[in-house]
Amino acid sequence: MAAERLESLLRDAFPEASDIAALDRTGTGDHFQVVVASSRFDGLSLVDQHKLVYDALAAPLADGTIHELRIRTRGSE
Amino acid sequence: MSELRDRIKDVIETEPVAVFMKGTPQFAACGNSARALEALRAVGAPITAVDILPDPQIRQELSAVSGWPTIPQVFVGGELIGGADITEELHASGELERKLGEKLGDGWQAPGQERVIELVEGGSPFRVV
Repeated sequence: MAAERLESLLRDAFPEASDIAALDRTGTGDHFQVVVASSRFDGLSLVDQHKLVYDALAAPLADGTIHELRIRTRGSE
Repeated sequence: MSELRDRIKDVIETEPVAVFMKGTPQFAACGNSARALEALRAVGAPITAVDILPDPQIRQELSAVSGWPTIPQVFVGGELIGGADITEELHASGELERKLGEKLGDGWQAPGQERVIELVEGGSPFRVV
């Protein structure tokens, strides 16, 4: 399942995260919503927070697995 | 290649609010592009849109310039403020208006002011949406 692959990539990239979730929004394996809560986001702009998530998901973004991605990030506070 | 990149940079640097999207404000070809537009419209931002669909090179060059892999991309006063999610999030928190004011100065509001810039001459007669 593509959502599990995304979740595992996020867990590898954010081992310190207090919350990680990847949801297949449409059930078609290509539209996803991901949530990451991590202290690494503290003090970063939303753009830089989302860029870290994009970096973690670079492979599925490049190979076409992800057609649409919605991102929600939170810091630790 | 570099000529297109220069034109993209020029749009980013000179337009108050530049939105690189799929389709046009009149006909957004993607739900995320529509979400970003709605948030900008809700606060009365002037919108300059660039349709990235006519030529795949536009998206490649844009992402090389911005470091942002997905569409849409919203720039205010030359700065990437994000894609659809962040633009919506900033709108929900009231931060979007603050950012527009900070970047563009007083009198930035221009409800309904929307225009489209074509980066590729004539575009492609066959649009893949």
